[in-house]
Amino acid sequence: MLLDLFLSFLEIGLMSIGGGYAAMPLIQAQAVAKHGWLTMGEFADLVTIAEMTPGPIGINAATFVGVRLSGIPGAMVATLGFLLPSMIIVSLLAFLYTRYKTLPALQSILKCLKPVVAALILSAGLKLLLQVAFGEGKIALQNVDVFGLVPFSAALFTLRKWKPNPILVLVVCGGLGLLAGVVGIL
Amino acid sequence: MEQKTGKLKTLWQLFSNMFLISSFTFGGGFVIVNFMKRRFVDELHWIDENEMMDMVSLGQSSPGAIAVNAANLLGWRMAGFPGMLAAVLGTALPPMLILLVISTFYNAFAQNRYVAFALRGMQAGVAAIIMDVACNLLGKLFKDGSILRIGLMAAAFAATFFFGVNPAILLGIAILIGIGLTFFGKEAGPSAS
Repeated sequence: MLLDLFLSFLEIGLMSIGGGYAAMPLIQAQAVAKHGWLTMGEFADLVTIAEMTPGPIGINAATFVGVRLSGIPGAMVATLGFLLPSMIIVSLLAFLYTRYKTLPALQSILKCLKPVVAALILSAGLKLLLQVAFGEGKIALQNVDVFGLVPFSAALFTLRKWKPNPILVLVVCGGLGLLAGVVGIL
Repeated sequence: MEQKTGKLKTLWQLFSNMFLISSFTFGGGFVIVNFMKRRFVDELHWIDENEMMDMVSLGQSSPGAIAVNAANLLGWRMAGFPGMLAAVLGTALPPMLILLVISTFYNAFAQNRYVAFALRGMQAGVAAIIMDVACNLLGKLFKDGSILRIGLMAAAFAATFFFGVNPAILLGIAILIGIGLTFFGKEAGPSAS
């Protein structure tokens, strides 16, 4: 189990290039799709928590998944796995950079990586959207959850139009969810 | 002797400054990098602004989290290998501790009826945030107008969304294409964005 955790987060750490959101599809592929450590709903909660607390999503996810699977040793093993590849590669690049002051292959690689990262983030976003719109149920018209779809559309519209702080959007959505829930009970 | 205490002091400063910055910066890598610039360039004068920019772009183009990578580079620059360890540890520890606490209480927390309502609402918000990020990236890609790169995006999307291909494999293929293009001396699209 610990070895699985380590290897999974090693892969996530190695392949997440281009900042926080790039790690997200990789975490989803490993922790939800491949190993079933998290449900899609728990993954959505994890992204929410990562968005609202300081620190990179990779470390947040490693700690969250690690603790739930095998306590503090799990968290340490997973985080180490996430950090190790970047520590080695960055150190290596720093050495090469100070030596040659230029890295021609890197620019070309990044140009090809960016479209793929965009595709992966889009795919992860759509999967989250399906989770919001249909819950854990089947994708069918009668399963549509209006209480998920309406706040999603409103939030996306607000983000595109006014570019507010994402944390503010989350707080408002959480408040609306709470309100709808309480009204639903009454 | 004096040199030794001087080095220890540098290590401690690296660790404690990164720990503080990492504890209080919400909103991802670039926010942290801004705080690092303010502290290490403007206040401590350890490095100049150009060096900081180089560190950011290197950290951005390497795997892993930008903040951790920038801390890594700063650590090497100031105090070699021990410096790197001190800076990375300082950056990684706060999110670990915070998530340790949250994860421990998550199960009890998420089962509470009212918390579940709020979390459900927030899921809609998170999906919107991710789609917003995706829209921004796709907008840039289409504005750039390189057929190769748009095709790459479409193929990668179909592979992962419809066929469930592991993202790591797709990223690996992209890296190979990038290396291939350098090797054959062709440009991958007009401008570097």
